[in-house]
Amino acid sequence: MVERSPYLTLLSHLILVLGVLIVGFPLYLAFVASTHTAQDIVQAPMPLLPGSNFWQTYRDTLFGGGSGPGSSAPVARMMWVSLVTALVITFGKIAISLLSAFAIVYFRFPFKGICFWLIFITLMLPVEVRIGPTYQVVSDLGMLNTYAGLTIPLIASATATFLFRQFFLTVPDELVEAARVDGAGPMRFFKDILVPLSRTSIAALFVIQFIYGWNQYLWPLLVTTSEEMYPVVIGIKRMIAGGDAGNEWNIVMATALLAMLPPALVVIFMQRWFVKGLVDTEK
Amino acid sequence: MASLSLRNIVKRYGIGPKANQVIHGVNAEIQDGEFVVIVGPSGCGKSTLLRMVAGLEEISGGELRIGDRVVNNLEPAQRDIAMVFQNYALYPHMTNFDNMAYGLKIAKVPKEEIRARVDKAAKILELGHLLERKPRELSGGQRQRVAMGRAIVRQPQVFLFDEPLSNLDAKLRAQTRLEIQKLHRELGITSLFVTHDQVEAMTLAERMIVMNAGNMEQFGTPEEVYSRPATTFVASFIGSPPMNLLKHAPGGRPGSILGIRPEHLDVGDTGWPLQVETVELLGAERLVHARLGDEMLIIRTHEDQGAPAIGSTIHAQPREDRVHWFNAETGQRQ
Repeated sequence: MVERSPYLTLLSHLILVLGVLIVGFPLYLAFVASTHTAQDIVQAPMPLLPGSNFWQTYRDTLFGGGSGPGSSAPVARMMWVSLVTALVITFGKIAISLLSAFAIVYFRFPFKGICFWLIFITLMLPVEVRIGPTYQVVSDLGMLNTYAGLTIPLIASATATFLFRQFFLTVPDELVEAARVDGAGPMRFFKDILVPLSRTSIAALFVIQFIYGWNQYLWPLLVTTSEEMYPVVIGIKRMIAGGDAGNEWNIVMATALLAMLPPALVVIFMQRWFVKGLVDTEK
Repeated sequence: MASLSLRNIVKRYGIGPKANQVIHGVNAEIQDGEFVVIVGPSGCGKSTLLRMVAGLEEISGGELRIGDRVVNNLEPAQRDIAMVFQNYALYPHMTNFDNMAYGLKIAKVPKEEIRARVDKAAKILELGHLLERKPRELSGGQRQRVAMGRAIVRQPQVFLFDEPLSNLDAKLRAQTRLEIQKLHRELGITSLFVTHDQVEAMTLAERMIVMNAGNMEQFGTPEEVYSRPATTFVASFIGSPPMNLLKHAPGGRPGSILGIRPEHLDVGDTGWPLQVETVELLGAERLVHARLGDEMLIIRTHEDQGAPAIGSTIHAQPREDRVHWFNAETGQRQ
């Protein structure tokens, strides 16, 4: 801040507090709703202080046992499916992008330019655009309702490839040459030098891609039909039966909060690395 | 340890008639244990030549031998060389110990021996207390020593230095120069050292290769290069200020260039009549820029001789035995 006057400080803090309230209130409401019984919530006005049904709601949510008209599959299973999916997507993306960026930057091979542009073009073809054919392929391969079906179509990533490509281009050539003089072959160089040097970029990508994987909605909606394989985001959707049915809003809200938790934790614990990965210049 | 032999080494970029040749056949036989400096202006191909010896650049023509082996098509790691890079090229995420040990680790040298070799090198270079640190925690001079340590532990046949001193400040450079000399005396490993700095070249070299525009102009001891330059290029490149090269000096021969170093002109009552244009005092000595007919020349005098007035005429006598003659067409020594 250019000027330090107490009024300006007060004003800026007021604005910040207002912002926090606007973002935080729905979360608070979801939490409050998850601590009441389904009957209490639908009363008007809705209670604004936490109730006493916390343990009951979360037990029902995590292990099943709700009795609403929508799906009442155990959310613990969904969280597990989501976690596996998100992690497979994240690590798959990072591994493949690292390798493809390595190939593009450090090797001369026929049609290198074409490969590069093909990857580039996929930036314009996210899952949503190619969802019909992709579904066809996945279903023909019998991958519906499997982890493979949930993850593989989402793994290829042009964005991550470009991020690593840009990073590799900044690694000094002398380092490559020093490694050659030291007798390190290409994969050895990749493993011993390039990957350790990229660790902050990897951390940043981990955060971005984990959240991307966890929040997938459209694709899992198509390829999962069995409750066993619902990720939690789909779980929420399936819990809400259409029409005027009396949904168990407390359980829906508890599921929503649970669904928010892992990405939030990843962001909180990886924040330092995340920022470092985006601004770091240490080579 | 081994001799190093360059036979008609050529570097071309591209193929066919459009190829761009940057090194035009360099021949040099470097003895076992010799310290050879390659010197030349930037863009003369000296680094390219070194990188071809290292195996980082392909050799387009000619034959390169290390010891008895022709190594033209060997990978750098198989040539039994070690290289010190201009920017040190230390692996930033490894400790200094790991930096020095990395090559040995890849070569599957037993752990105890790696430890012993690194410790020995660290002792020679006084790096013992820095081994567990990372390169970024070191100063430029220390990083430089780690880079040299990495070369030493490999116990190579040949050391290659690519302008290793150019990132150090003047004082450290002079100091490191002495260290490199001492190191070479102790280890006696054949070394090839590239620099653009003629002071470095003169002080370090046992023999030096002077290069210009991809050609080797002269290969000889610093004394030879200084006192009997093979071409006008060498004459003007080595020595500061450079040798005076005069086409129309009194007593000159037609078709020849007369070369005389500024320190070999004696100011007195007889000799060439010169018009003084500028005088520079450099502490112990004075440089007099003067005009002889249509040509400029420089005279180096002692500071106690007093400064001639600008615009005045002085006389300077070239020392007979220090006059060089070059062919005006080819620039070759006559």
